[in-house]
Amino acid sequence: MKRFLSFLKHSYLGLVILFMYLPILVMIVMSFTESRTAVQWRGFSFGAYTSLFKDADVLDALITTLVVAAVSSIVSTVIGTASAIGLHSMRRRPRMVVESFTQLPMVNPDLVTGVSMMLLFAFIGIRQSWGLLRLIIAHTTFNIPYVIFSVLPKLRQSSDSLYEAAMDLGCSPLQALTKVVIPDIMPGIVSGLVLAFTLSIDDFAISLFTGGTSMNLSMLIFSKTAKGGVHTKFCALSALMFLVVGVLLLIVNLRSIHQEKVAAEQKKKVMSRA
Amino acid sequence: MKRTLSIILSSLMALGVVLALASCKSGGGETTPTGSADPKATGDSGEKTIYLLNWGDYLDKEVKDEFKRLTGITVKETPVTSNEEMIIKLDTDDCPYDLCIPSDYAVERLIAKNRLAEINFDNIPNIANIDPQYLKLSEVFDPGNKYSVPYTWGVLGILYNKNMVDEADLGSWDLLWNEKYSGKIIMYDSVRDSMAAALCKLGYDLNTTNEEEINKAADELIAVKPLARAWLTDSIKDSMVLGSGAVALVYSGDAVWSMMPDEGSDELEFFVPKEGSNIYFDNIVITANSPRKAMAEQFINFLLDGEIATRNTEYIGYSSPNVKVAENIDEFFLNCSAYNISAEDVARCKVFRDLGDKISLYDAAWNRIFK
Amino acid sequence: MKRVILSYPYVFVWMPLFIIAPMLFVLYYAFFRDGQFTLEYVQNVVANDTYLGAFWNSLWIALATTVICLLMGYPIAYILSQMKKRTAALVSLLFILPMWMNMLLRTLAWKVLLFDGGVFQQILSFFGAGNVQLIYTPGAVLLATVYDFLPFMILPIYTTLQKLDRSLIEAAHDLGANGAQTFTKVVLPQSVPGIISGITMVFVPAMSTFAVSTMLGGKQVMLLGQVIEEKFLAGTDSVLGIGSTLSLVLIILVIVSMVIMNRIDKDNSASGGTLW
Repeated sequence: MKRFLSFLKHSYLGLVILFMYLPILVMIVMSFTESRTAVQWRGFSFGAYTSLFKDADVLDALITTLVVAAVSSIVSTVIGTASAIGLHSMRRRPRMVVESFTQLPMVNPDLVTGVSMMLLFAFIGIRQSWGLLRLIIAHTTFNIPYVIFSVLPKLRQSSDSLYEAAMDLGCSPLQALTKVVIPDIMPGIVSGLVLAFTLSIDDFAISLFTGGTSMNLSMLIFSKTAKGGVHTKFCALSALMFLVVGVLLLIVNLRSIHQEKVAAEQKKKVMSRA
Repeated sequence: MKRTLSIILSSLMALGVVLALASCKSGGGETTPTGSADPKATGDSGEKTIYLLNWGDYLDKEVKDEFKRLTGITVKETPVTSNEEMIIKLDTDDCPYDLCIPSDYAVERLIAKNRLAEINFDNIPNIANIDPQYLKLSEVFDPGNKYSVPYTWGVLGILYNKNMVDEADLGSWDLLWNEKYSGKIIMYDSVRDSMAAALCKLGYDLNTTNEEEINKAADELIAVKPLARAWLTDSIKDSMVLGSGAVALVYSGDAVWSMMPDEGSDELEFFVPKEGSNIYFDNIVITANSPRKAMAEQFINFLLDGEIATRNTEYIGYSSPNVKVAENIDEFFLNCSAYNISAEDVARCKVFRDLGDKISLYDAAWNRIFK
Repeated sequence: MKRVILSYPYVFVWMPLFIIAPMLFVLYYAFFRDGQFTLEYVQNVVANDTYLGAFWNSLWIALATTVICLLMGYPIAYILSQMKKRTAALVSLLFILPMWMNMLLRTLAWKVLLFDGGVFQQILSFFGAGNVQLIYTPGAVLLATVYDFLPFMILPIYTTLQKLDRSLIEAAHDLGANGAQTFTKVVLPQSVPGIISGITMVFVPAMSTFAVSTMLGGKQVMLLGQVIEEKFLAGTDSVLGIGSTLSLVLIILVIVSMVIMNRIDKDNSASGGTLW
């Protein structure tokens, strides 16, 4: 009975994993077909990859995506961290109000955020042809809350007396911040930055409404495949993306597993010495 | 210290906003926007780019590459799927596009809304390649040929699969309503085109503004809904080539694409229904506020070049008004019923006219169909 | 000398300008026409079958997606939580990986699979059912939304189950509870916070999705998000007022679902403390 149950569990797990990976697998297979549209297999070829690399629009979109992600995540990390430090020392009432408004971009559907930004840009005259600026402002806006809310918990954990002690010991407020507070909350800042970067890379709805003439990868994929057939070069793009993401995740995780091991070994050593 | 820092920070941000507002004031007027306000015009260290609002698959990529090789100008396309979408995107003071390829009635509308720039034909000597009869036909929507240059033309018709459709059922719009092909009928996701099919079927004028006639046509489209596989645009071509649709409402150019030797299917054939249909002319236009008008004209002239136009036509499949194309194009196109459309077929077709405010009747009907 | 000042650029410039003002614009466009207050758009939205139809479509697709994801995802999270820590970490990585892929590319994969003459139809035709329509159906849209959002249900539930105190389960066993009882009386109640955040992470984006329905719906399945997109960007009759009103409908729906979730999650109020 128990064996049967465990068999059932494992086969269910296997089935769901198959469900998660079957579409990706098919995309990868289809990236090697000769045909132009990714529907039927028609003989092996690297044609999809050559036409992907030759496509200036794709390269352009990739650059736009990375530039917007880099700039918006850095700007939002700076603004977000500063605001979190300020918010932390704010009185409860005003802090609650600010935090509530800050949650708006997290709670709102992306679509609504995008639409509302589009209306704002039209009104204050940030023109459609300044696509890059529009994208950076929009992405920074939805990134800031995520930075704030990953820094705030670290601030709560760290002790306020550290900051005051540093000042008592003769630090200027700026020194106290840069030498004591910021190193203390660094993990929160870093995870905020990483989160902001990935959210920006992955965004579609907000970019679609605010992008103007600048297209990031999501917008490009949508505009080229939403209503038409799927060109095999997008299968090639998927395969490459999958590869990059897979390798990155693996590296990150192997590192953390390795660190765990090192920590465990050190612990053992300490224990044995004691 | 912190106070100064934060004051500097907030004033920097405020300054950014003020700058943005100011540049909007200087750039948003009726006159040409200041070139310097546009980062695209000056920013990329002399790199030149023009922006084209275009239909999907409607310009050969290699033609763009060739243009860049010759002139250093990059053409960036934004795809759209209907004339209505083009009008919306161009009908704003903040229009970022330089060029567009709308159809006849959309050109008429855009001229009426003052959204197009008069083209300086001194910069377009290749206009001589355009068959004068098309320039004459264009006068209907662009009197004096001031704003537009013919790019392609074609008719609305029915693409069908010879192996799936009985010959007896051919010839009429009724084919789209034939229950025999239920689930294998593909409609076009565009108001005027789908409505034109229904209006012609009923024997009405396809430019009608008679509410009763429009409503009857909408009822016809509601009747086709349960029979239709889907309402698509560009992917009609794939669906038909793969044989998942038997009958589709298409532009003749898309039909040509579906019948092309290498990627298309030889099972497909095209006809123009006997009740009459729509004939359309797609035209290149320059937007009123384009700060890169000279480059845009350079590109138009390039597209009209005999060799380039032939190559482009062989890629997109739409009938060309260029006399050099007719001389040089591959034989397949000359024998293709959807490319070389007969004079009798053309005689039965009518051009869409801009309906002004009355278009709301069509929009209401369209909304009623997709509720 | 106060650190509070550091937040001023955000609190007094960025937040009002880029968070609050845009929302006010949505409100403005929904209720004003040429500077005059009007209920025209609201009436229009309420009276129009197109919008109501899209609303119901979105609601049922979002609800169905949430329920299916919960039913599919909970057992997975539970199985993961029972594994050895290192294996669980590796297997959960398998569910995180697709989350990092671009959502549009994942939806696109389903388009390739379901397309006319594509893999699924070939398999079906092998069994003599090749004519079954797959793409451009509500089923296709539902399938893809479930696929896109499943990891967002699994991971939060897994996280709470992982933190579950093992000794509680042992205690329940010692006190004579059988497997099912332990599950319903101990495990399930403890995992409610995870379920709640899973539901929110699936329902809200599913309610407003439009990429999926545009790519797989073929206009046969219109969702609210798609109608809004058409109103603002690509429609035949683009009306900012209607688009804004529909956006408000979406916001209200999200707020309502949040409130409901917060009610259920009352016991676990650690995350609370804000106005909404």
